[in-house]
Amino acid sequence: MTEYNFAYLDEQTKRMIRRAILKGLAIPGYQVPFASREMPMPYGWGTGGVQVSAAVLTPKDTFKVIDQGADDTTNAVSIRTFFQRTAGVATTTATSDATVIQTRHRIPEERLHEGQILVYQVPIPEPLRFLEPRESETRKMHSLEEYGLMHVKLYEDISRHGHIATSYAYPVKVEGRYVMDPSPIPKFDNPKLGDMAAIQLFGAGREQRIYALPPYTQVVSLDFEDHPFEASKADHPCGMCGATDSYLDELIIDDAGGRMFVCSDTDYCEARQSAGHKGKDAA
Amino acid sequence: MTPLLSVQGITKRYGAHIGCADVSFDLYPGEVMGIVGESGSGKSTLLNCMAGHLTPDAGQVVFDTRTDGPRDTITMSEPERRMLGRTDWAFVHQHARDGLRMGVSAGGNVGERLMAVGERHYGDIRDKATDWLGRVEIDASRVDDRPTTFSGGMQQRLQIARNLVTGPRLVFMDEPTGGLDVSVQARLLDLLRGLVRDMGLSAIIVTHDLAVVRLLADRLMVMKSGRVVEAGLTDQVLDDPQHAYSQLLVSSVLQV
Amino acid sequence: MIELKNVSKTFTLHNQGSAVIEVISDVSFAVAPGECLALTGASGAGKSTLMRMIYGNYLTQAGEIRIGGLDIVKSEPRDIVKLRRDVLGYVSQFLRVVPRVPTLDVVAEPLRALGVPADEAQDRATALLTQLNIPERLWSLSPTTFSGGEQQRVNIARGFAHSYPAMLLDEPTASLDAANREVVLSLIEDAKARGAAIMGIFHDEAARTRVCDREIDVGRFTPGIAA
Repeated sequence: MTEYNFAYLDEQTKRMIRRAILKGLAIPGYQVPFASREMPMPYGWGTGGVQVSAAVLTPKDTFKVIDQGADDTTNAVSIRTFFQRTAGVATTTATSDATVIQTRHRIPEERLHEGQILVYQVPIPEPLRFLEPRESETRKMHSLEEYGLMHVKLYEDISRHGHIATSYAYPVKVEGRYVMDPSPIPKFDNPKLGDMAAIQLFGAGREQRIYALPPYTQVVSLDFEDHPFEASKADHPCGMCGATDSYLDELIIDDAGGRMFVCSDTDYCEARQSAGHKGKDAA
Repeated sequence: MTPLLSVQGITKRYGAHIGCADVSFDLYPGEVMGIVGESGSGKSTLLNCMAGHLTPDAGQVVFDTRTDGPRDTITMSEPERRMLGRTDWAFVHQHARDGLRMGVSAGGNVGERLMAVGERHYGDIRDKATDWLGRVEIDASRVDDRPTTFSGGMQQRLQIARNLVTGPRLVFMDEPTGGLDVSVQARLLDLLRGLVRDMGLSAIIVTHDLAVVRLLADRLMVMKSGRVVEAGLTDQVLDDPQHAYSQLLVSSVLQV
Repeated sequence: MIELKNVSKTFTLHNQGSAVIEVISDVSFAVAPGECLALTGASGAGKSTLMRMIYGNYLTQAGEIRIGGLDIVKSEPRDIVKLRRDVLGYVSQFLRVVPRVPTLDVVAEPLRALGVPADEAQDRATALLTQLNIPERLWSLSPTTFSGGEQQRVNIARGFAHSYPAMLLDEPTASLDAANREVVLSLIEDAKARGAAIMGIFHDEAARTRVCDREIDVGRFTPGIAA
């Protein structure tokens, strides 16, 4: 513990990141550049999220990390352990008990409450990048609200697949102003982005960008009048807890093509099972 | 009658070198003007200054906007100018790849300007895109193909469709037929003539091809070393050039 | 309708020792509606030059050329373009068209430029091409590949598609057979009858005698020849 400053980063760096976070909260959806630091993990493993978490954690916080909804994957366990060791904060897997939740690719099923902070790991913060590779141009497009190109991407989807096939990192418009990439969460989670009681912070380490959604922000998923946005999921109940309202992972369970669908949010699934709910595949 | 575009004293320097100097003219609705001159004569610099791609060192480019009447596009705000650039103005690049999104389908390329001005009905956008492909003689079955699978002439026609779909009033063209086969050029010229006539477009065409301006332009400006040396009715300038340089330019063309 | 006052023209050849050639000097005459005037004179006398000046194709250095009240010497290009579209027709000896455009569209184009609907313009073009004995199988082809006589007839059809109040005709009957020559002469007579003011160059003397009311020898305005 004595070898590290609280939560690994030095205080100057945390101040710098907090300033970026505050600016992000003041301009919801706007990508704030920040001087991303080298972290003791490779890019792509959540360095942006880790820096944001480090900047917002206090000794009294309870920390939770999920990776694709699960608390027990390598990535989640490593980051949780990292802050246990460098900040000594309490950790939990229970969504409602956590004050800071770092996530990769999911929003917890359980409704978050005021006072909580949800920190997203973001690989590519720029939603316009796929069609306009010039950063100078995309920044201008954001500043001038020229977002026609975003619809070109959706148009291409429909023309190729007959429907909007984008199923994750589905672009949204924040408070009628900035178009934002919600990080690679499934579009099933998009409706949860808006009007959320918790603070949502997005950190992209390699790309050196932070953006944010303050509580109760209006977030609208882009769509066409004749192809409206739809939050989709696999059309099955959870095999373990029987939930019909949660996002599911498909698991291949044998060599004969057998498969089952289970909640991707492990905490949600376990809580339901403890409460006595049972799915058809539960032991 | 108010000119659609009134260019006054446009000057652009590159350090000590003059790009174009003190160019002025008025363009009226429905007029097509050609700008000719050898490489380096400043015609492309002038075009880019007028279209807002370059900022001139001096001068005004006054455009008769739909809502507020004549406005100097050089001093108007960038969002306003960019809005003009995707509504009332169009720019056809010499190389279609510069004016197209090569990774986006033909329909998406044509639809982009519609989506940029707020159209949000997929079916309508696609119908309009398909209609425009027909108008530039591209088969409707190609609507979902990417321009990378198109020939050079088709790419250029697609670029034109993409530009004209929002019904602009002024089209800037930079060597629109350059780099195309002669037979493809002819078809493109005929297409452009028809569109200009039917849509009542005004156009400014920069080219070094005198045959192109003879067929497309009502008026002609001859540029040399950044300055306009002669201007007038196209066939008059070509058949009875007055300035020494224009005479040289016209007499240098091979007759076929 | 067509009125020239003290019109003069010089060519300055900058790239050939700045030679100044005076081609026309101090021409004045007028052509009234319904009248046909023939320009005569030896080759090189400046007949074609004078026609081209009236059409605005050659720049006039001095004097006034008024067509339907518009002085083309002082007019803006857009006014001349409008004049040529609405008022002043010109049948030159050479056909200049966009390659690969079908003959029918070439002939219909002057009407299309006036805003006449496509089908109406095509009907008029069809009638003229039929009258001038251009076989129907050629209508969908570009005239650039036609014989000289065929090209000349396409050119005439195009020139007569719109009923211009003023017309300039440069050798309209040259290289035509007797039957087609007759068609062209009757087109000219019809145009006169509806009140068009016509000026023309006719080497065909019989044709000139038949359709022209007056003749002007351009040679007397040509300084080089007079001197």
